[in-house]
Amino acid sequence: MAIAKKSVVWGVFAAGGTVAAFLFPALIALFGLVASGTVPEGLEYANLHGFASTWIGKIILFFVISLALWHAAHRLRVVFHDFGVRKDKIVAKAVYLVAAIGTLLTAYYLFAIG
Amino acid sequence: MSRNPYVRPVSPTTWYMRNGRYIKYMLREVTCLLVGFYSFFLICVLAILAGGSEERWLAFLASQQNAFWLAFHVIALLFYLVYMTFDWFQLAPKAMPLQVGEQKVPPAFIVAAHYVAWAVVTALVFLLAGVF
Repeated sequence: MAIAKKSVVWGVFAAGGTVAAFLFPALIALFGLVASGTVPEGLEYANLHGFASTWIGKIILFFVISLALWHAAHRLRVVFHDFGVRKDKIVAKAVYLVAAIGTLLTAYYLFAIG
Repeated sequence: MSRNPYVRPVSPTTWYMRNGRYIKYMLREVTCLLVGFYSFFLICVLAILAGGSEERWLAFLASQQNAFWLAFHVIALLFYLVYMTFDWFQLAPKAMPLQVGEQKVPPAFIVAAHYVAWAVVTALVFLLAGVF
């Protein structure tokens, strides 16, 4: 892999990891709260839909989800290697394809929310 | 006559079982499965919101309210905090050492700053979500 390309992958990995490390625990806790039977005000339909309808909300959601996806994809690629799968080209294509699909779906749904 | 080369027998599939540090490394790396899972979980949330029907959203919330999902999220959160978030903070000064003038910023300070920032971010998310 060319150095320039590698540094882009590394940059996205680090940015995604930072986003995932800082934000995901709070989000998982919110889902846990919902599962326990308490739906916080912000997760009521009107409020959440309203947040995802604003431009700032869309930008935040898009960057959080897509960066986390690319972080997970890159790390999963290494995990495959660590578990003894020595087919990096296929693994890389597969994990990055899934991340790309997730990124497109995120953009599409955010657009569809209006 | 050449001597036999010394080949260390290392299993490509179970090598990390030899050492506690390696096991910890693997536990940290597999947290990417949780990052991927919750990313797609969030995409599902967006898909339901894009449907534009409050009934579907309420049905989704109801489908989440059971012991399975509660246990899943609680275990995921604990595992995630220990092996993803806190590990990420511990590694930050190694991945990104800081220097101010001639002085190196102490690693413990960088790690502590991450914990403080994380607490602020978490409080902000809870505030926005209306938890308190």
